[in-house]
Amino acid sequence: MLDCVPDKPVAHTAGKINPIKACQPLGAMYAALGIHGCLPHSHGSQGCCAYHRMALTRHFRDPAMASSSSFTEGASVFGGGSNLKTAIKNIFQIYNPDIIAVHTTCLSETIGDDIPTIIKQSEIPEGKYVIHCNTPSYKGSHITGFSNMCKGMVSYLAGSDGSEKKRRVNIFPGFINPGDMREIKRIVSELGVSYIMYPDTTGVMDSPILPKYEMFPKGGAKIEDIIDSGNSQATLALGSWASDEPAALLQEKCKVKGIPLKLPIGVKATDDMIMAIKNEFGVEVPESLDIERGQVLDTLIDTHFHYQGKTVALFGDPDHVIAMTEFLITMGMVPKYVLTGTPGSKFEKIINGMLEDAGIEGSKVRAEGDLFDLQQWIKEESVDLLIGNSHGKYIARAEDLPFVRFGFPIMDRAVHPLMPVTGYRGCLRLIEMISDALLDRRDRDCLDEDYELVL
Amino acid sequence: MTVTESEIEDVMATYPPKVLKNRKKHLVLKTDDCAASCPQIEANTRTVPGIISQRGCCYAGCKGVVVGPIKDMVSITHGPIGCGYYSWGTRRNKARADDKTPPEQIYTAMCFSTDMQESDIVFGGEKKLARMIDEVVEAFHPRAINICSTCPIGLIGDDLNAVAKAAEEKYGITVIPYNCEGYKGVSQSSGHHIANNQIMDKIIGTGTDELKGKYILNILGEYNIGGDGWEIERILGDIGYTVNSILTGDSAYVNIKNLHKAHLNLVQCHRSINYIAEMMETKYGIPWMKCNFIGVEATIDSLRKLAESFGDEELMARTEVVIEREIARITPALDQYRKICKGKTAFAFVGGSRSHHYQYLLRDLGMEVVVAGYEFAHRDDYEGRQVIPTIKSDADSKNIPELHIEPDPEMYEEPYLHLNLSKEKYDQMVKEGHFGYYEGMYPVMKDGTVMVDDCNHYETEELLEMFHPDLIFSGVRDKYISHKMGVPSKQLHSYDYSGPYAGFNGALIFAKDVAHALTTPAWKMITPPWEKETEKKEGDNNA
Repeated sequence: MLDCVPDKPVAHTAGKINPIKACQPLGAMYAALGIHGCLPHSHGSQGCCAYHRMALTRHFRDPAMASSSSFTEGASVFGGGSNLKTAIKNIFQIYNPDIIAVHTTCLSETIGDDIPTIIKQSEIPEGKYVIHCNTPSYKGSHITGFSNMCKGMVSYLAGSDGSEKKRRVNIFPGFINPGDMREIKRIVSELGVSYIMYPDTTGVMDSPILPKYEMFPKGGAKIEDIIDSGNSQATLALGSWASDEPAALLQEKCKVKGIPLKLPIGVKATDDMIMAIKNEFGVEVPESLDIERGQVLDTLIDTHFHYQGKTVALFGDPDHVIAMTEFLITMGMVPKYVLTGTPGSKFEKIINGMLEDAGIEGSKVRAEGDLFDLQQWIKEESVDLLIGNSHGKYIARAEDLPFVRFGFPIMDRAVHPLMPVTGYRGCLRLIEMISDALLDRRDRDCLDEDYELVL
Repeated sequence: MTVTESEIEDVMATYPPKVLKNRKKHLVLKTDDCAASCPQIEANTRTVPGIISQRGCCYAGCKGVVVGPIKDMVSITHGPIGCGYYSWGTRRNKARADDKTPPEQIYTAMCFSTDMQESDIVFGGEKKLARMIDEVVEAFHPRAINICSTCPIGLIGDDLNAVAKAAEEKYGITVIPYNCEGYKGVSQSSGHHIANNQIMDKIIGTGTDELKGKYILNILGEYNIGGDGWEIERILGDIGYTVNSILTGDSAYVNIKNLHKAHLNLVQCHRSINYIAEMMETKYGIPWMKCNFIGVEATIDSLRKLAESFGDEELMARTEVVIEREIARITPALDQYRKICKGKTAFAFVGGSRSHHYQYLLRDLGMEVVVAGYEFAHRDDYEGRQVIPTIKSDADSKNIPELHIEPDPEMYEEPYLHLNLSKEKYDQMVKEGHFGYYEGMYPVMKDGTVMVDDCNHYETEELLEMFHPDLIFSGVRDKYISHKMGVPSKQLHSYDYSGPYAGFNGALIFAKDVAHALTTPAWKMITPPWEKETEKKEGDNNA
């Protein structure tokens, strides 16, 4: 397994060993799938497209349709302009999407293809769209790629007709599962505010089996809604790595007020989202949400002894990890090691600030970290629980830790993409997963005489 | 069912003229008229931009398929984070510790990437790579290191060879560079070739172990997905063969060094490894034999063919004993599944030789493949090796270097001597296609079925509509599409995390998996009862 990992700390300054990030185009492809009738297009050699489709398909267990410019050495030398023009023409004729969302790869970025100019020179049928974003893989991570494609949607599509803003909120949901997006939409609906969510992968990456197959399923944000989002009153930017920049761009372009928030994972972050809508639109919070929230607090009080005071190693994408750290603190747990692979020094500042406010000392926090770092820390001083994506299972086995799967990608367990971790219902699910993992462990390890029926 | 040329043309009616002209050459309909020899199929040429293809890239073929599984080598991906990340732990190349390789020297569950940043792209990544090698050696003490380059490396001109050479001198271990930038060639295939060249050039022949055994084999092009290699080893071991090394499933650098000590090379995946088989024959005189351990009958044929290779009556007799024992063991259970599978049809689109091999296993179950193709094959994988001299090289294939191999002055031995055969007998067997030959997929296809090279999403969808197969075998990208179209699927890259599928035990596991896929109760529930009621009522009204 991971028996080769040294027990004693060693120098690790160059490159990544067991990374906690993927590359920008993956996120761009996922975001593009959140537009209805969109075919994401990868401008580079075809391996990138194949790998990204594979990664998304394994997590969502649903088709991730996307095309490639299929560079060979010739395109790499002479530029990929003709490949992209040919691709656009073929895609519209063969697959007939409403929109093509082009993202670049490290190959096309390094040779410097000018995508906007190539798009301008392409044959685009009447009423169809081609948008793009730049996603060199040697910058950021899949999360910044997601953000960049959201910016592409804003810059190519969103518009303002100059009239009075509509009493409606835009939601930039961040790189989350369709199950989470559904939950956020439900909460906003309960508050009685109309919304436009984009990207919106519900119905695309959690699509049902229906008697008839459609290459472009019913789900996804409608293009006309994205266009109209410039006329909304405000935008909730959920998760600052994924959503701050597109919200800022929409504010600048169409004067839509951007409200930066955490991903609504945990009680406080969900409260914050609800308060933001209440304050912005002057709505009353319905009793239904009071009940949901009360159930979470009831459960936290009923179960606190399952997990309170336990130490946790948490890794994943920055927006997920920040919100989750806050919830772990709410649960009375101790986030001991907190890592993300995505760059951004404010990650460490935010997490350290939360830990300081909670009076937690001696934790280690790292942005641009990797799982080799994490395992070395665990070897130095272990924790009670590991939380992160599927790649964590190797550390969980090697270091004998209970493990809760959270974030992206989860390739070895099913149903996750359909079940929310966001909102109050998500809180209940997280409490259940964390409690179960710790209690299963207790049941497994305890002596016969300590094996209890009621816990 | 069977199809006609005009029906195939209908499939492609939507294509723009240029695409039509291109794709037409990639589809071959098997008819009795052309049963004797395969009509020419276009393969190993560029994918049309914009087409949703199943193909990967050169890096995927080199690191992802061939060199990544070598368990005791640290494989560093030199490039931005993505490529290394995506080829991490995703190919199910099972590996375990053994006498020569303890668990602390197995690195295949790990991912090493230089994680190139913008400044590295501007100023070059050689120093970062060298530093990473220093740290990896200090932390892990691997026996040897692979360095695989990704797209931007070729463009910025990092000298992988120089970095590898310096590291070799510094640490006294083998460090092998692979210039397998994704854009090279037209698919994974170019990466296989590059990997073959470097393994041949840098590893094979450097070992000095004395191997024991009367019949020593290498199994080339077997990646131990789901433990296939172990099942093949089990059977061969029972008969009395010594498996020197598999290449590269559950293989170790320390074993690959001694690959040249074998008497015979078996080739399982023709596409990814035939280069090494050929080069080893030239350099060491070791003959190679195409085998197929997928399918009960196919396994039996391969075992008999293998026993004949050594011309040893006793070996042939022991082969029959093992065959009889295994057949007696698996037949009752297999028959149960055969009842479910009989008469069903399937598609197969998977690389290497799998689309060919699995047709035998499906026939064991009474099933027939009606459409089959490869993602990255060459013409010889479809038409047979006799067409190799007629394959025209193009700008893309010329980019892949060919090694110049000559007989090794000390280690070369005539092929018939390796096998302990007379020269006459050996020459005759070569003539009969026993050694050094692969007949391709075409002969196994039935009349009215279709062979498709680089099958794309659109064609898959159209062919599914046309044939209505009961099952589709492909990779993960197609899997859920076919589900949404109402067709069960099995992944033949990953076996949906089951396996092994090779050999006798594998046939049984495969039969169970296929029977389960066909009979999942949910398939019958897709139309909701209220819609069934509406249909019924509408039916009544119409009546």
